[in-house]
Amino acid sequence: MSVTAPAPARTDAASPVRPPRPSTARVALMVAEREIVTQVRTKSFIISTSILLGAVLLSILLGTLLGGRDTTTKVAVVGDAASVVQEVDGLEAVEADDVEAARRLVRDGEVTAAVVPDDAVLGYRLVALDEAPEGVVAALSVAPEVELLEPSGQSEGLRYLVAFGFGLVFLMSASGFGATIAQSTVQEKQSRIVEILLAAVPSRALLAGKILGNSALAFAQTAAIAAMAVLGIVLTGQDEVLTALGSPLVWFVGFFLIGFVLLAAMYAASAALVSRVEDVGSVLMPATMLTMIPYFGVIFFNDNTTVLTALSYVPFSAPVAMPMRLFLGEALWWEPLVALVLLVAACAVVIAIGAKIYERSLLRTGPRVKLGEVLREAS
Amino acid sequence: MLRIEGVDRSFGDRKVLDDVTFSVERGRLTGFVGGNGAGKTTTMRIILGVLAADAGTVTLDGRPLTAADRVDFGYMPEERGLYPKMKVAEQIAYLGRLHGMERGAAMDRARDLLDRLGLTERADEPLENLSLGNQQRAQIAAALIHDPQVLVLDEPFSGLDPLAVDVVVGVLAEHAARGVPVLFSSHQLDVVERLCDDLVIIAGGRIAAAGGREELREAYGTTRFELTTAGDVGWVRELPGVDVVEFDGGYALFEADEATAQTVLAEAMRRAPVRAFTPVRPTLGEIFREVVADAVPEEAR
Repeated sequence: MSVTAPAPARTDAASPVRPPRPSTARVALMVAEREIVTQVRTKSFIISTSILLGAVLLSILLGTLLGGRDTTTKVAVVGDAASVVQEVDGLEAVEADDVEAARRLVRDGEVTAAVVPDDAVLGYRLVALDEAPEGVVAALSVAPEVELLEPSGQSEGLRYLVAFGFGLVFLMSASGFGATIAQSTVQEKQSRIVEILLAAVPSRALLAGKILGNSALAFAQTAAIAAMAVLGIVLTGQDEVLTALGSPLVWFVGFFLIGFVLLAAMYAASAALVSRVEDVGSVLMPATMLTMIPYFGVIFFNDNTTVLTALSYVPFSAPVAMPMRLFLGEALWWEPLVALVLLVAACAVVIAIGAKIYERSLLRTGPRVKLGEVLREAS
Repeated sequence: MLRIEGVDRSFGDRKVLDDVTFSVERGRLTGFVGGNGAGKTTTMRIILGVLAADAGTVTLDGRPLTAADRVDFGYMPEERGLYPKMKVAEQIAYLGRLHGMERGAAMDRARDLLDRLGLTERADEPLENLSLGNQQRAQIAAALIHDPQVLVLDEPFSGLDPLAVDVVVGVLAEHAARGVPVLFSSHQLDVVERLCDDLVIIAGGRIAAAGGREELREAYGTTRFELTTAGDVGWVRELPGVDVVEFDGGYALFEADEATAQTVLAEAMRRAPVRAFTPVRPTLGEIFREVVADAVPEEAR
């Protein structure tokens, strides 16, 4: 036998002092730490997060600039017609010497329209290039007072934008980090490090750590997006939007956290069924669908109170739909609490089932493990 | 002592382990040898509790193994598993921490092990940047990080160059010398022959032979002798009860029973100075072939 290393004196045990075995919770924290550190160090994560945050801020700033809140329409005025424009908001009078000069200004595109004296009923008429200048017509028209019996909390455009925003953030975060969890689960299976890990720690600790780490990342990213949105709104001086959005935003972050844990458990359990990264796509189908539902549901039905109410209680869509209803002022104070309790309950059930699937599938390699097969072992 | 007793395991209708029984003594390197699909990996996974046995027990010093005991095992799975994108020292320290080591202590030991295995310069690179042989060394470090009480290594030498094999054997022998039962599988019979103390041969899911290396060689030794003298040994062929296998001037390889062999020796000494006279022990490869041929029925091969 060829032995190159010196053999120390023999003792009964390899080492007299064994470190105490870490608790499941501590192991879960270590696993979570690894998930976070690994993820945060990747270039793709740093770049995508920066782009995401930049895009949120930029879209709010640009949206305000292009939305033209303070822009005015230039209108050429001739003689007495100036008085017509003077008291109208959004119209800026440009003095022209005579009708011809005003027409020239219109032709040159210097002004949108010209108000020139006329003998007709109003005492003036509008001159425009190739179509009636509706903005100016409207500004100069007298509109009747409108009384709304059920005024909507928010304008149509803002309503759509907020639905889109909540939905998009949830979709991107959930599917992004869901995919990360799935990848990390399958990679551990494929590289077989899972055999070494499971020889040391319980599978529950592994699953808990994975969910914990990725949820923390997703939560941090979402919170950063929310902070960025608030910053953008403050910078553009739209304080009234912030007042309307503030509390729904807080609810959104809360709902998001639990909703994400729910999806994370599903992603991890689904991914544990396959052994190769290439097979992840198909096995994640159900989880992906459940991530998409809130996004499309809320966007399509953002003006349908009945559907939105239903969606705000369904655990998968509640994280998007309930904050949306809060924003619209349609939800009573207790409604988010009930939805939250439902979500937490669903989350507990899914985690319990997910942990079983995860535990039973993790060491099974080869073809995709049948879901029914795994669950039947339970009985 | 790690003892595997009466372990059965089937996958579907296929019985892959049938009444597998053997021991891994403390302080000894035990080689686990068998052909492809003989059941080595399945046995090891059952020892580690990664797979359940249909029947039978695995005990350590007479006590049935618990999950808590197994945490202190060092395991190197057949299909190597570490995180490809994680730095080598970092992930080995991470595994140490999962075993309850403090962060600093785990990192110190990881670096120490990597030094001993010759990976000092690659310690801070992602695993995937290392050559296969070096990844293998990292894998061995991963199995040793928590100062295991029992070592179970599936093919630890595959893909290693002879120098690396020596380094790894040195590290394993050190653990064995401290009283850790070490079981490793291999199909490189020459390596196993050179370094293991005990041997377990598995064929077709059954233990075909088990015991000390020398005992086995003796037990499976044929009655062959080698004789070398200063003169010509052609006369050996004339003797009754002697069957010469090879002959070349002063050298003869012959088969005979022990008593006849002694008379051959006496005769040889009378005729010319004897340079060498030895019973020929079979190599592990020969024993393996013989044992496996006996153990696996014709139709199964």
